[in-house]
Amino acid sequence: MRNPAIKLENLTYIYQPYGVVALEDVSFEVGEGEFVAVIGQNGSGKTTLLKNIVGLLKPTQGRVLVEGLDTRRSTVAELSRWVGLVLQNPDQQLFAQTVEEEIAFGPRNLNLPDTEVASRVEEAMAMLGLEPFRREFPLALSIGDRARVVIASVLAMRPRIILLDEPTMGQDYRGHHQIMGVAGQLHGEGHTIVIATHHVDLVAEYAQRVIVLCGGRILLDDTPAAVFSQPEVLRRTHIAPPQITQLAQALPSYLGLPRDALTVAELGEAVLEKVKIKRSLPRRS
Amino acid sequence: MDIGDPYIIIDNVSYRYPGTKCYALKELNLTIYKGEFVAILGEHLAGKSTFCQLLNGIIPNFKGGRMEGSVIVGGLDTQEVSVAELAQKVGIVLQDPEAQLFTTKVLSEVAFGPENLCLDVEEILERIKWALEVVHLTGFEERPPTSLSGGQKQRLAIAAALAMRPEVLVLDEATTQLDPVGTLEVFSVVRELNEKYGMTIVMATHKSDEVAQFADRVLILHRGRLIAQGTPQEVFGKAELLRRATIRPPQVSQLATYLEERSLHLSEFPITIEQAKRGIERLFNGETSR
Repeated sequence: MRNPAIKLENLTYIYQPYGVVALEDVSFEVGEGEFVAVIGQNGSGKTTLLKNIVGLLKPTQGRVLVEGLDTRRSTVAELSRWVGLVLQNPDQQLFAQTVEEEIAFGPRNLNLPDTEVASRVEEAMAMLGLEPFRREFPLALSIGDRARVVIASVLAMRPRIILLDEPTMGQDYRGHHQIMGVAGQLHGEGHTIVIATHHVDLVAEYAQRVIVLCGGRILLDDTPAAVFSQPEVLRRTHIAPPQITQLAQALPSYLGLPRDALTVAELGEAVLEKVKIKRSLPRRS
Repeated sequence: MDIGDPYIIIDNVSYRYPGTKCYALKELNLTIYKGEFVAILGEHLAGKSTFCQLLNGIIPNFKGGRMEGSVIVGGLDTQEVSVAELAQKVGIVLQDPEAQLFTTKVLSEVAFGPENLCLDVEEILERIKWALEVVHLTGFEERPPTSLSGGQKQRLAIAAALAMRPEVLVLDEATTQLDPVGTLEVFSVVRELNEKYGMTIVMATHKSDEVAQFADRVLILHRGRLIAQGTPQEVFGKAELLRRATIRPPQVSQLATYLEERSLHLSEFPITIEQAKRGIERLFNGETSR
Protein backbone atom coordinates (compact mmCIF):
# COMPACT_ATOMS: atom_id res chain seq x y z
CA MET A 1 0.00 0.00 0.00
CA ARG A 2 1.44 3.33 -1.08
CA ASN A 3 1.44 6.23 1.32
CA PRO A 4 -1.33 8.72 0.75
CA ALA A 5 -0.18 11.99 -0.79
CA ILE A 6 -2.64 13.89 1.36
CA LYS A 7 -4.27 12.74 4.58
CA LEU A 8 -6.88 14.77 6.47
CA GLU A 9 -7.75 13.60 9.98
CA ASN A 10 -10.84 15.20 11.49
CA LEU A 11 -9.93 18.59 10.08
CA THR A 12 -11.91 21.47 11.53
CA TYR A 13 -11.11 25.03 10.47
CA ILE A 14 -12.63 28.09 12.12
CA TYR A 15 -12.01 31.61 10.81
CA GLN A 16 -11.40 34.12 13.59
CA PRO A 17 -12.44 36.59 14.94
CA TYR A 18 -16.01 35.81 13.93
CA GLY A 19 -15.83 32.11 14.64
CA VAL A 20 -17.02 31.06 11.20
CA VAL A 21 -16.76 27.28 10.94
CA ALA A 22 -15.55 26.75 7.38
CA LEU A 23 -14.67 23.05 7.67
CA GLU A 24 -16.00 20.61 10.21
CA ASP A 25 -14.56 17.20 10.99
CA VAL A 26 -13.36 16.47 7.47
CA SER A 27 -11.40 13.25 6.95
CA PHE A 28 -10.17 11.70 3.71
CA GLU A 29 -7.06 10.49 1.97
CA VAL A 30 -5.83 11.25 -1.52
CA GLY A 31 -3.55 8.58 -2.96
CA GLU A 32 -0.37 9.30 -4.92
CA GLY A 33 -1.34 10.07 -8.53
CA GLU A 34 -5.07 10.55 -8.02
CA PHE A 35 -7.11 13.20 -9.89
CA VAL A 36 -9.70 14.51 -7.46
CA ALA A 37 -12.30 17.22 -8.03
CA VAL A 38 -13.82 19.12 -5.13
CA ILE A 39 -17.24 20.61 -5.84
CA GLY A 40 -19.79 22.50 -3.75
CA GLN A 41 -21.53 25.87 -3.78
CA ASN A 42 -19.75 29.18 -3.05
CA GLY A 43 -18.91 29.18 0.65
CA SER A 44 -18.97 25.38 1.05
CA GLY A 45 -15.31 25.30 2.13
CA LYS A 46 -13.43 24.42 -1.06
CA THR A 47 -10.84 27.18 -0.86
CA THR A 48 -10.37 26.69 2.91
CA LEU A 49 -9.71 23.02 2.26
CA LEU A 50 -7.02 23.71 -0.35
CA LYS A 51 -5.36 26.37 1.81
CA ASN A 52 -5.16 23.86 4.66
CA ILE A 53 -3.47 21.32 2.40
CA VAL A 54 -0.87 23.78 1.18
CA GLY A 55 -0.29 24.92 4.76
CA LEU A 56 -1.35 28.56 4.36
CA LEU A 57 -4.01 27.79 6.98
CA LYS A 58 -3.31 25.47 9.92
CA PRO A 59 -6.04 23.23 11.33
CA THR A 60 -8.07 24.57 14.25
CA GLN A 61 -8.57 20.93 15.20
CA GLY A 62 -7.38 17.68 13.65
CA ARG A 63 -4.39 17.31 11.34
CA VAL A 64 -3.36 17.49 7.74
CA LEU A 65 -0.49 15.35 6.48
CA VAL A 66 1.12 16.14 3.13
CA GLU A 67 3.53 13.44 1.93
CA GLY A 68 3.71 12.47 5.60
CA LEU A 69 4.52 16.01 6.81
CA ASP A 70 2.23 17.45 9.48
CA THR A 71 1.27 20.92 8.19
CA ARG A 72 1.21 22.33 11.74
CA ARG A 73 4.88 21.45 12.18
CA SER A 74 6.04 22.44 8.73
CA THR A 75 6.51 25.86 7.19
CA VAL A 76 4.78 26.82 3.96
CA ALA A 77 8.26 26.98 2.42
CA GLU A 78 8.97 23.35 3.35
CA LEU A 79 5.58 22.24 2.12
CA SER A 80 5.99 24.14 -1.15
CA ARG A 81 8.49 21.52 -2.36
CA TRP A 82 5.70 18.98 -2.25
CA VAL A 83 2.54 20.88 -2.95
CA GLY A 84 1.70 23.92 -5.08
CA LEU A 85 -1.50 25.95 -5.17
CA VAL A 86 -2.94 27.81 -8.13
CA LEU A 87 -5.28 30.47 -6.77
CA GLN A 88 -8.67 31.41 -8.08
CA ASN A 89 -7.69 34.91 -9.08
CA PRO A 90 -4.32 34.99 -10.86
CA ASP A 91 -3.92 38.67 -10.05
CA GLN A 92 -3.49 37.85 -6.37
CA GLN A 93 -0.51 35.71 -7.26
CA LEU A 94 1.33 37.60 -10.00
CA PHE A 95 3.93 40.24 -9.11
CA ALA A 96 7.03 40.00 -11.29
CA GLN A 97 8.00 42.27 -14.20
CA THR A 98 8.17 39.55 -16.83
CA VAL A 99 6.62 36.14 -17.35
CA GLU A 100 10.07 34.55 -17.16
CA GLU A 101 10.84 36.26 -13.87
CA GLU A 102 7.49 35.23 -12.47
CA ILE A 103 8.10 31.57 -13.24
CA ALA A 104 11.74 31.69 -12.09
CA PHE A 105 10.88 33.13 -8.68
CA GLY A 106 9.97 29.86 -6.99
CA PRO A 107 12.85 27.69 -8.17
CA ARG A 108 15.33 30.52 -7.51
CA ASN A 109 14.16 30.50 -3.91
CA LEU A 110 15.03 26.82 -3.71
CA ASN A 111 18.66 27.93 -4.26
CA LEU A 112 18.93 25.90 -7.42
CA PRO A 113 21.80 26.60 -9.84
CA ASP A 114 20.95 29.14 -12.58
CA THR A 115 21.05 26.50 -15.31
CA GLU A 116 18.52 24.37 -13.43
CA VAL A 117 16.25 27.40 -12.85
CA ALA A 118 16.46 28.28 -16.54
CA SER A 119 15.63 24.76 -17.66
CA ARG A 120 12.65 24.56 -15.32
CA VAL A 121 11.36 27.91 -16.59
CA GLU A 122 11.69 26.74 -20.21
CA GLU A 123 9.93 23.48 -19.46
CA ALA A 124 7.04 25.16 -17.65
CA MET A 125 6.64 27.81 -20.38
CA ALA A 126 6.64 25.14 -23.08
CA MET A 127 4.00 23.12 -21.29
CA LEU A 128 1.65 26.11 -21.06
CA GLY A 129 2.50 27.59 -24.46
CA LEU A 130 3.89 30.75 -22.88
CA GLU A 131 7.12 31.17 -24.87
CA PRO A 132 5.74 34.07 -26.97
CA PHE A 133 5.06 36.01 -23.77
CA ARG A 134 8.36 35.44 -21.95
CA ARG A 135 9.27 39.13 -21.75
CA GLU A 136 5.74 40.43 -21.30
CA PHE A 137 4.46 42.02 -18.10
CA PRO A 138 2.27 39.26 -16.56
CA LEU A 139 -0.50 41.57 -15.37
CA ALA A 140 -0.92 43.00 -18.87
CA LEU A 141 -1.79 39.60 -20.33
CA SER A 142 -5.32 38.35 -20.92
CA ILE A 143 -7.05 36.56 -18.06
CA GLY A 144 -6.50 33.16 -19.68
CA ASP A 145 -2.81 33.80 -20.20
CA ARG A 146 -2.44 35.16 -16.66
CA ALA A 147 -3.91 31.93 -15.29
CA ARG A 148 -1.45 29.95 -17.37
CA VAL A 149 1.48 31.98 -16.05
CA VAL A 150 0.39 31.16 -12.50
CA ILE A 151 0.15 27.46 -13.29
CA ALA A 152 3.59 27.59 -14.90
CA SER A 153 5.07 29.29 -11.83
CA VAL A 154 3.70 26.52 -9.64
CA LEU A 155 4.91 23.82 -12.06
CA ALA A 156 8.43 25.19 -12.00
CA MET A 157 8.60 24.15 -8.33
CA ARG A 158 7.97 20.58 -9.52
CA PRO A 159 5.63 19.77 -6.67
CA ARG A 160 4.26 16.22 -6.50
CA ILE A 161 0.85 17.57 -5.60
CA ILE A 162 -0.84 20.38 -7.51
CA LEU A 163 -3.94 22.08 -6.14
CA LEU A 164 -6.05 24.25 -8.42
CA ASP A 165 -8.71 26.52 -6.99
CA GLU A 166 -11.32 27.22 -9.68
CA PRO A 167 -8.64 27.70 -12.31
CA THR A 168 -11.23 27.85 -15.09
CA MET A 169 -13.08 30.83 -13.68
CA GLY A 170 -13.35 33.65 -16.17
CA GLN A 171 -11.98 31.45 -18.92
CA ASP A 172 -13.76 30.74 -22.16
CA TYR A 173 -14.40 27.27 -23.57
CA ARG A 174 -10.95 27.04 -25.09
CA GLY A 175 -9.40 28.19 -21.80
CA HIS A 176 -11.30 25.54 -19.84
CA HIS A 177 -10.00 22.74 -21.97
CA GLN A 178 -6.48 24.14 -22.10
CA ILE A 179 -6.29 24.27 -18.33
CA MET A 180 -7.96 20.91 -17.80
CA GLY A 181 -5.71 19.50 -20.51
CA VAL A 182 -2.65 20.69 -18.61
CA ALA A 183 -4.04 19.22 -15.39
CA GLY A 184 -4.67 15.94 -17.23
CA GLN A 185 -1.16 15.97 -18.67
CA LEU A 186 0.38 16.56 -15.22
CA HIS A 187 -1.78 13.77 -13.87
CA GLY A 188 -0.50 11.52 -16.65
CA GLU A 189 3.04 12.28 -15.56
CA GLY A 190 2.26 11.04 -12.07
CA HIS A 191 1.29 14.24 -10.26
CA THR A 192 -1.49 14.18 -7.72
CA ILE A 193 -4.17 16.71 -8.74
CA VAL A 194 -6.86 18.26 -6.57
CA ILE A 195 -9.07 20.78 -8.34
CA ALA A 196 -11.92 22.85 -6.93
CA THR A 197 -14.42 23.89 -9.56
CA HIS A 198 -18.04 24.62 -10.47
CA HIS A 199 -17.74 23.12 -13.93
CA VAL A 200 -19.39 19.76 -13.49
CA ASP A 201 -19.06 18.83 -17.16
CA LEU A 202 -15.27 19.18 -16.89
CA VAL A 203 -15.32 17.16 -13.66
CA ALA A 204 -17.26 14.40 -15.42
CA GLU A 205 -14.76 14.36 -18.24
CA TYR A 206 -11.47 14.58 -16.35
CA ALA A 207 -11.72 13.55 -12.68
CA GLN A 208 -11.49 10.02 -11.28
CA ARG A 209 -12.97 10.94 -7.96
CA VAL A 210 -15.27 13.70 -6.74
CA ILE A 211 -15.54 15.08 -3.24
CA VAL A 212 -18.71 17.09 -2.65
CA LEU A 213 -18.61 19.68 0.11
CA CYS A 214 -21.65 21.19 1.77
CA GLY A 215 -21.46 23.63 4.65
CA GLY A 216 -17.90 22.56 5.49
CA ARG A 217 -18.66 18.84 5.59
CA ILE A 218 -18.22 16.03 3.10
CA LEU A 219 -21.52 15.16 1.49
CA LEU A 220 -20.27 12.62 -1.05
CA ASP A 221 -16.90 11.10 -1.96
CA ASP A 222 -17.06 8.75 -4.93
CA THR A 223 -16.54 8.32 -8.67
CA PRO A 224 -18.09 10.99 -10.96
CA ALA A 225 -20.68 8.42 -12.15
CA ALA A 226 -21.73 7.57 -8.59
CA VAL A 227 -21.77 11.20 -7.42
CA PHE A 228 -23.75 12.54 -10.37
CA SER A 229 -26.28 9.74 -10.09
CA GLN A 230 -27.51 11.36 -6.87
CA PRO A 231 -29.07 14.66 -8.00
CA GLU A 232 -31.20 14.88 -4.84
CA VAL A 233 -28.14 14.84 -2.57
CA LEU A 234 -26.23 17.26 -4.82
CA ARG A 235 -29.08 19.74 -4.69
CA ARG A 236 -28.34 20.26 -0.99
CA THR A 237 -25.11 22.02 -1.99
CA HIS A 238 -26.75 23.65 -5.03
CA ILE A 239 -24.94 21.50 -7.57
CA ALA A 240 -26.64 19.88 -10.52
CA PRO A 241 -25.12 17.00 -12.50
CA PRO A 242 -23.80 17.83 -16.00
CA GLN A 243 -26.64 18.62 -18.39
CA ILE A 244 -25.99 15.44 -20.39
CA THR A 245 -26.28 13.34 -17.20
CA GLN A 246 -29.50 15.15 -16.31
CA LEU A 247 -30.84 14.22 -19.75
CA ALA A 248 -29.78 10.58 -19.27
CA GLN A 249 -31.61 10.55 -15.94
CA ALA A 250 -34.73 12.15 -17.44
CA LEU A 251 -35.06 9.58 -20.24
CA PRO A 252 -37.48 6.73 -19.54
CA SER A 253 -35.68 3.59 -18.40
CA TYR A 254 -37.39 1.34 -20.98
CA LEU A 255 -35.16 2.91 -23.64
CA GLY A 256 -32.27 1.05 -22.03
CA LEU A 257 -29.84 3.98 -22.23
CA PRO A 258 -27.17 4.46 -19.52
CA ARG A 259 -28.64 6.64 -16.78
CA ASP A 260 -25.19 7.57 -15.48
CA ALA A 261 -23.78 8.78 -18.82
CA LEU A 262 -21.17 11.44 -18.08
CA THR A 263 -20.25 12.72 -21.51
CA VAL A 264 -21.98 13.64 -24.76
CA ALA A 265 -20.07 10.92 -26.60
CA GLU A 266 -21.08 8.26 -24.07
CA LEU A 267 -24.80 8.98 -24.39
CA GLY A 268 -24.46 9.58 -28.14
CA GLU A 269 -22.85 6.18 -28.73
CA ALA A 270 -25.49 4.45 -26.61
CA VAL A 271 -28.30 6.10 -28.61
CA LEU A 272 -26.65 5.13 -31.93
CA GLU A 273 -26.19 1.55 -30.78
CA LYS A 274 -29.81 1.16 -29.64
CA VAL A 275 -31.21 2.74 -32.79
CA LYS A 276 -29.05 0.49 -34.96
CA ILE A 277 -30.34 -2.61 -33.18
CA LYS A 278 -33.90 -1.37 -33.39
CA ARG A 279 -33.64 -0.67 -37.12
CA SER A 280 -32.10 -4.06 -37.86
CA LEU A 281 -35.11 -5.79 -36.31
CA PRO A 282 -38.07 -6.55 -38.57
CA ARG A 283 -40.86 -4.02 -38.07
CA ARG A 284 -43.94 -5.24 -36.32
CA SER A 285 -47.09 -4.44 -38.21
CA MET B 1 -42.35 39.89 -23.95
CA ASP B 2 -43.37 41.67 -27.12
CA ILE B 3 -40.54 43.11 -29.11
CA GLY B 4 -40.93 46.82 -29.74
CA ASP B 5 -39.31 49.47 -31.92
CA PRO B 6 -35.62 49.63 -32.77
CA TYR B 7 -33.75 51.04 -29.76
CA ILE B 8 -30.09 50.52 -30.52
CA ILE B 9 -28.91 50.96 -34.09
CA ILE B 10 -25.33 50.07 -34.86
CA ASP B 11 -24.42 51.25 -38.32
CA ASN B 12 -21.27 49.93 -39.93
CA VAL B 13 -19.11 50.26 -36.83
CA SER B 14 -15.43 49.45 -36.84
CA TYR B 15 -13.25 50.26 -33.86
CA ARG B 16 -9.59 50.21 -32.93
CA TYR B 17 -8.23 50.86 -29.45
CA PRO B 18 -5.70 53.69 -29.12
CA GLY B 19 -2.25 52.69 -30.31
CA THR B 20 -3.40 49.51 -32.04
CA LYS B 21 -3.73 48.72 -35.71
CA CYS B 22 -5.93 45.73 -35.13
CA TYR B 23 -9.71 46.11 -35.27
CA ALA B 24 -11.46 45.13 -32.01
CA LEU B 25 -14.76 45.38 -33.87
CA LYS B 26 -15.12 45.26 -37.63
CA GLU B 27 -18.03 46.29 -39.86
CA LEU B 28 -20.73 45.72 -37.32
CA ASN B 29 -24.34 46.25 -38.41
CA LEU B 30 -27.07 45.46 -35.97
CA THR B 31 -30.39 46.62 -34.59
CA ILE B 32 -31.54 45.77 -31.09
CA TYR B 33 -35.24 46.22 -30.40
CA LYS B 34 -36.89 47.56 -27.28
CA GLY B 35 -37.66 44.76 -24.86
CA GLU B 36 -35.33 42.23 -26.47
CA PHE B 37 -33.10 39.87 -24.45
CA VAL B 38 -29.93 39.57 -26.50
CA ALA B 39 -27.03 37.32 -25.55
CA ILE B 40 -23.54 37.76 -26.97
CA LEU B 41 -21.33 34.73 -27.18
CA GLY B 42 -17.75 34.69 -28.30
CA GLU B 43 -14.43 33.42 -27.14
CA HIS B 44 -11.96 35.50 -25.24
CA LEU B 45 -10.97 38.65 -27.20
CA ALA B 46 -13.81 38.18 -29.69
CA GLY B 47 -14.95 41.75 -28.95
CA LYS B 48 -17.69 41.16 -26.36
CA SER B 49 -16.50 43.74 -23.82
CA THR B 50 -15.74 46.25 -26.55
CA PHE B 51 -19.27 45.75 -27.85
CA CYS B 52 -20.76 46.30 -24.38
CA GLN B 53 -18.80 49.53 -23.89
CA LEU B 54 -19.91 50.77 -27.29
CA LEU B 55 -23.49 50.86 -26.04
CA ASN B 56 -22.98 53.30 -23.17
CA GLY B 57 -20.54 55.51 -25.02
CA ILE B 58 -17.48 54.55 -22.94
CA ILE B 59 -16.20 53.69 -26.39
CA PRO B 60 -15.13 55.96 -27.96
CA ASN B 61 -15.84 58.92 -25.63
CA PHE B 62 -13.76 57.71 -22.70
CA LYS B 63 -11.40 55.11 -24.15
CA GLY B 64 -10.47 57.07 -27.27
CA GLY B 65 -9.24 55.08 -30.24
CA ARG B 66 -10.64 55.25 -33.76
CA MET B 67 -14.28 54.57 -34.39
CA GLU B 68 -15.99 54.46 -37.75
CA GLY B 69 -19.75 54.33 -38.27
CA SER B 70 -22.33 55.27 -35.68
CA VAL B 71 -24.21 53.94 -32.67
CA ILE B 72 -27.66 55.36 -31.90
CA VAL B 73 -29.13 54.53 -28.49
CA GLY B 74 -32.67 55.68 -27.77
CA GLY B 75 -32.35 58.32 -30.48
CA LEU B 76 -29.01 59.63 -29.19
CA ASP B 77 -25.81 59.40 -31.19
CA THR B 78 -23.21 58.09 -28.71
CA GLN B 79 -20.49 60.18 -30.33
CA GLU B 80 -22.46 63.38 -29.83
CA VAL B 81 -23.71 63.09 -26.26
CA SER B 82 -21.81 62.61 -23.00
CA VAL B 83 -21.31 59.33 -21.16
CA ALA B 84 -23.21 60.91 -18.25
CA GLU B 85 -26.27 61.44 -20.43
CA LEU B 86 -26.05 57.92 -21.84
CA ALA B 87 -25.76 56.54 -18.30
CA GLN B 88 -29.45 57.31 -17.87
CA LYS B 89 -30.30 55.19 -20.90
CA VAL B 90 -27.83 52.36 -20.52
CA GLY B 91 -26.75 50.70 -17.27
CA ILE B 92 -23.71 48.45 -17.31
CA VAL B 93 -22.66 45.65 -14.96
CA LEU B 94 -19.09 44.42 -15.17
CA GLN B 95 -17.49 41.00 -14.85
CA ASP B 96 -15.95 41.60 -11.45
CA PRO B 97 -18.39 43.29 -9.06
CA GLU B 98 -15.51 44.17 -6.77
CA ALA B 99 -14.16 46.41 -9.52
CA GLN B 100 -17.45 48.29 -9.45
CA LEU B 101 -18.49 48.43 -5.78
CA PHE B 102 -16.73 51.10 -3.74
CA THR B 103 -18.88 52.32 -0.84
CA THR B 104 -19.15 51.08 2.74
CA LYS B 105 -22.77 50.08 2.68
CA VAL B 106 -25.32 48.71 0.27
CA LEU B 107 -27.58 51.76 0.60
CA SER B 108 -24.92 54.26 -0.43
CA GLU B 109 -23.78 52.02 -3.26
CA VAL B 110 -27.22 52.16 -4.86
CA ALA B 111 -27.67 55.85 -3.98
CA PHE B 112 -24.51 56.97 -5.75
CA GLY B 113 -25.89 57.07 -9.30
CA PRO B 114 -29.15 58.91 -8.59
CA GLU B 115 -27.37 61.30 -6.17
CA ASN B 116 -25.21 62.35 -9.08
CA LEU B 117 -28.35 63.13 -11.04
CA CYS B 118 -29.15 65.61 -8.23
CA LEU B 119 -32.55 64.05 -7.63
CA ASP B 120 -34.74 64.76 -4.59
CA VAL B 121 -34.00 62.67 -1.52
CA GLU B 122 -37.44 61.05 -1.67
CA GLU B 123 -36.94 60.11 -5.28
CA ILE B 124 -33.52 58.64 -4.50
CA LEU B 125 -34.87 56.63 -1.58
CA GLU B 126 -37.72 55.37 -3.68
CA ARG B 127 -35.35 54.26 -6.44
CA ILE B 128 -33.13 52.49 -3.92
CA LYS B 129 -36.11 50.69 -2.45
CA TRP B 130 -37.25 49.57 -5.90
CA ALA B 131 -33.79 48.55 -7.11
CA LEU B 132 -33.06 46.47 -4.01
CA GLU B 133 -36.48 44.84 -4.25
CA VAL B 134 -35.91 43.86 -7.86
CA VAL B 135 -32.61 42.15 -7.06
CA HIS B 136 -33.97 40.63 -3.84
CA LEU B 137 -31.60 42.50 -1.53
CA THR B 138 -34.19 44.33 0.58
CA GLY B 139 -33.00 44.26 4.20
CA PHE B 140 -29.33 44.45 3.24
CA GLU B 141 -29.25 48.30 3.21
CA GLU B 142 -26.82 48.68 6.11
CA ARG B 143 -24.52 45.77 5.21
CA PRO B 144 -21.05 46.52 3.86
CA PRO B 145 -20.84 45.28 0.24
CA THR B 146 -17.66 43.38 1.15
CA SER B 147 -19.69 41.11 3.45
CA LEU B 148 -21.93 39.88 0.65
CA SER B 149 -21.58 36.61 -1.27
CA GLY B 150 -20.50 36.63 -4.92
CA GLY B 151 -24.07 36.36 -6.18
CA GLN B 152 -25.24 39.09 -3.82
CA LYS B 153 -22.41 41.42 -4.89
CA GLN B 154 -23.30 40.87 -8.50
CA ARG B 155 -26.95 41.60 -7.77
CA LEU B 156 -25.94 44.74 -5.87
CA ALA B 157 -24.00 45.93 -8.93
CA ILE B 158 -27.18 45.36 -10.94
CA ALA B 159 -29.22 47.36 -8.37
CA ALA B 160 -26.76 50.25 -8.63
CA ALA B 161 -27.24 50.26 -12.39
CA LEU B 162 -31.02 49.96 -12.03
CA ALA B 163 -31.26 52.96 -9.72
CA MET B 164 -30.45 55.06 -12.77
CA ARG B 165 -33.67 53.69 -14.31
CA PRO B 166 -31.97 52.75 -17.57
CA GLU B 167 -33.84 51.54 -20.62
CA VAL B 168 -31.13 49.04 -21.43
CA LEU B 169 -29.16 46.86 -19.04
CA VAL B 170 -25.82 45.62 -20.35
CA LEU B 171 -24.10 42.80 -18.48
CA ASP B 172 -20.51 42.00 -19.39
CA GLU B 173 -19.85 38.44 -18.19
CA ALA B 174 -21.58 39.34 -14.98
CA THR B 175 -21.91 35.75 -13.74
CA THR B 176 -18.37 34.55 -14.31
CA GLN B 177 -17.43 34.27 -10.65
CA LEU B 178 -20.66 32.70 -9.51
CA ASP B 179 -21.61 29.14 -8.69
CA PRO B 180 -24.58 27.61 -10.52
CA VAL B 181 -27.06 28.98 -7.98
CA GLY B 182 -25.60 32.50 -8.08
CA THR B 183 -25.65 32.35 -11.87
CA LEU B 184 -29.29 31.37 -11.93
CA GLU B 185 -30.08 34.13 -9.38
CA VAL B 186 -28.64 36.74 -11.73
CA PHE B 187 -30.26 35.31 -14.87
CA SER B 188 -33.62 35.14 -13.07
CA VAL B 189 -33.40 38.76 -11.94
CA VAL B 190 -32.45 39.81 -15.45
CA ARG B 191 -35.33 37.87 -16.96
CA GLU B 192 -37.72 39.46 -14.47
CA LEU B 193 -36.50 42.91 -15.52
CA ASN B 194 -37.00 41.95 -19.11
CA GLU B 195 -40.45 40.45 -18.74
CA LYS B 196 -41.95 42.60 -16.02
CA TYR B 197 -40.46 45.99 -16.85
CA GLY B 198 -39.79 45.49 -20.56
CA MET B 199 -36.16 46.35 -20.04
CA THR B 200 -33.89 45.66 -23.00
CA ILE B 201 -31.11 43.25 -22.02
CA VAL B 202 -27.73 42.81 -23.65
CA MET B 203 -25.67 40.13 -21.96
CA ALA B 204 -22.17 38.96 -22.86
CA THR B 205 -21.58 35.53 -21.38
CA HIS B 206 -20.08 32.06 -21.81
CA LYS B 207 -22.97 30.28 -20.15
CA SER B 208 -24.82 28.73 -23.04
CA ASP B 209 -27.19 26.55 -20.95
CA GLU B 210 -28.74 29.69 -19.46
CA VAL B 211 -28.64 31.53 -22.79
CA ALA B 212 -30.66 28.69 -24.33
CA GLN B 213 -33.21 29.09 -21.59
CA PHE B 214 -33.49 32.88 -21.38
CA ALA B 215 -32.38 34.78 -24.50
CA ASP B 216 -34.56 35.85 -27.45
CA ARG B 217 -31.62 36.28 -29.76
CA VAL B 218 -27.99 35.16 -29.73
CA LEU B 219 -25.15 37.01 -31.43
CA ILE B 220 -21.87 35.29 -32.13
CA LEU B 221 -18.80 37.49 -32.24
CA HIS B 222 -15.57 36.14 -33.63
CA ARG B 223 -12.44 38.27 -33.99
CA GLY B 224 -14.49 41.44 -33.85
CA ARG B 225 -17.03 40.39 -36.46
CA LEU B 226 -20.62 39.39 -36.06
CA ILE B 227 -20.52 35.95 -37.69
CA ALA B 228 -23.97 34.64 -36.80
CA GLN B 229 -27.19 35.59 -35.10
CA GLY B 230 -30.59 34.06 -34.54
CA THR B 231 -32.70 32.34 -31.92
CA PRO B 232 -30.76 30.10 -29.51
CA GLN B 233 -32.11 27.10 -31.41
CA GLU B 234 -30.85 28.40 -34.77
CA VAL B 235 -27.46 29.41 -33.45
CA PHE B 236 -26.70 26.33 -31.34
CA GLY B 237 -27.45 24.16 -34.37
CA LYS B 238 -24.58 25.68 -36.35
CA ALA B 239 -21.98 23.19 -35.16
CA GLU B 240 -19.23 24.03 -37.63
CA LEU B 241 -19.46 27.75 -37.01
CA LEU B 242 -19.50 27.32 -33.23
CA ARG B 243 -16.42 25.15 -33.43
CA ARG B 244 -14.64 27.84 -35.43
CA ALA B 245 -15.62 30.46 -32.83
CA THR B 246 -14.81 27.98 -29.99
CA ILE B 247 -18.21 28.31 -28.40
CA ARG B 248 -19.61 25.49 -26.36
CA PRO B 249 -23.31 24.92 -27.02
CA PRO B 250 -25.46 23.27 -24.33
CA GLN B 251 -24.59 19.59 -23.93
CA VAL B 252 -28.01 18.52 -25.23
CA SER B 253 -27.30 20.50 -28.44
CA GLN B 254 -23.85 18.87 -28.61
CA LEU B 255 -25.58 15.51 -28.41
CA ALA B 256 -27.90 16.36 -31.31
CA THR B 257 -24.88 17.47 -33.36
CA TYR B 258 -23.01 14.29 -32.41
CA LEU B 259 -25.94 12.22 -33.67
CA GLU B 260 -26.43 14.34 -36.81
CA GLU B 261 -22.80 13.90 -37.75
CA ARG B 262 -23.49 10.18 -37.62
CA SER B 263 -26.62 10.52 -39.76
CA LEU B 264 -29.15 10.30 -36.98
CA HIS B 265 -31.51 13.28 -36.86
CA LEU B 266 -33.78 14.33 -34.02
CA SER B 267 -37.19 15.70 -35.02
CA GLU B 268 -36.33 19.14 -33.59
CA PHE B 269 -32.93 20.54 -32.70
CA PRO B 270 -32.82 20.61 -28.88
CA ILE B 271 -31.44 23.38 -26.68
CA THR B 272 -33.06 22.24 -23.41
CA ILE B 273 -33.20 18.91 -21.60
CA GLU B 274 -36.96 18.71 -22.19
CA GLN B 275 -36.58 19.10 -25.96
CA ALA B 276 -33.77 16.54 -26.13
CA LYS B 277 -35.82 14.07 -24.10
CA ARG B 278 -38.77 14.51 -26.46
CA GLY B 279 -36.54 14.10 -29.51
CA ILE B 280 -34.93 10.88 -28.28
CA GLU B 281 -38.25 9.39 -27.23
CA ARG B 282 -39.65 10.08 -30.70
CA LEU B 283 -36.58 8.48 -32.24
CA PHE B 284 -37.19 5.30 -30.28
CA ASN B 285 -40.91 5.31 -30.80
CA GLY B 286 -40.26 5.27 -34.53
CA GLU B 287 -41.87 8.58 -35.39
CA THR B 288 -40.71 10.12 -38.63
CA SER B 289 -37.55 12.10 -38.34
CA ARG B 290 -36.81 15.42 -39.97
